[in-house]
Amino acid sequence: MLFIVQTVLVLAVAVGALALMRGGTNARHLAIRRIMLMAFALVAVFSIFFPVVLTRIAQALGIGRGTDLVLYALIVSFMVFVASTAQRHRRMEDAVTKLARRLALDEAPHPDGDSTRPLRGACPSCHPRNDG
Amino acid sequence: MFNEATVVGEVIQGLLPSFPYVVCVDDGSDDDSAAVARAAGAVVVEHPFNLGQGAALQTGFEYALQDPGLEAVITFDADSQHRVEDAVAMLERLRSGEADVILGSRFLDSRTKISPLKRLVLRTAAVQSSLSTGLELTDAHNGLRVIGSAVLKRLHLTQNRMAHASELIQQLAQIKPRIVEHPVEIVYTEYSKSKGQSLLNGVNILADLFFR
Repeated sequence: MLFIVQTVLVLAVAVGALALMRGGTNARHLAIRRIMLMAFALVAVFSIFFPVVLTRIAQALGIGRGTDLVLYALIVSFMVFVASTAQRHRRMEDAVTKLARRLALDEAPHPDGDSTRPLRGACPSCHPRNDG
Repeated sequence: MFNEATVVGEVIQGLLPSFPYVVCVDDGSDDDSAAVARAAGAVVVEHPFNLGQGAALQTGFEYALQDPGLEAVITFDADSQHRVEDAVAMLERLRSGEADVILGSRFLDSRTKISPLKRLVLRTAAVQSSLSTGLELTDAHNGLRVIGSAVLKRLHLTQNRMAHASELIQQLAQIKPRIVEHPVEIVYTEYSKSKGQSLLNGVNILADLFFR
């Protein structure tokens, strides 16, 4: 029984992390994250008032105490949190890099010395030509 | 470059007689590296804050590509560990039409004096790189390279920090240009040794590559 629980937990970590890492920023993923958070909070509150029920569930799953079940759930949610935060951090870093690079290139003189020419890749309306 | 004010001026003055267009990407230095580089005669492109060597390299590439007449780009470290003569010889090989990309290697002749441990680490990295990309290179982490503009247009480095060297090789393996290696000497001065990557940094490189 313990083996099954372990397998389920490992799968939950893998699937949860993958689900949150793919795509990530859209409304559906945000909703899923919020649902998971709500569910976790509800279970936590429930376990505070009815610790015995939690212990029964844990025993039915073959994990000694209810607190151990909470610990496992905590580990799973922590792993998911770490994975999704790392992913978000990476995306932010990419965005910041692109922004900083654009700024650096815009501020540098143009390679052929003609500073009135729009830079390559810049839209003409953002960099209007001075000579018309 | 990042905080290289003490050496960068000399490096740029060494390059200018052979290469009139020197672009120096200042990666948010705290010292006056940018002013020194500008005074020495380079065009300086300044990152607003420190992003990492890989990000600086890609910024330099994109800056150079703004010039439609660009023939090739030479990547040359600002800490005076490369030799201008090597860069000149490499550019000549590219111009002769022998290859689209010329990569420097410190292991093709015996000029470079290198500690056995560092040699072992770099050789291991090279073997790992050739196993994973199929490109048989002897020195995957050499900063001296000559890249033709056609290949340059297709390079998009996203590894901001040190793993960019491996990323560059991976992208080259996909672009499949004609690549040759050229023997270069790495001059390990006290300065470059103190600035250089510690071996512990290899851990960071691996983490950047695998947990991407």
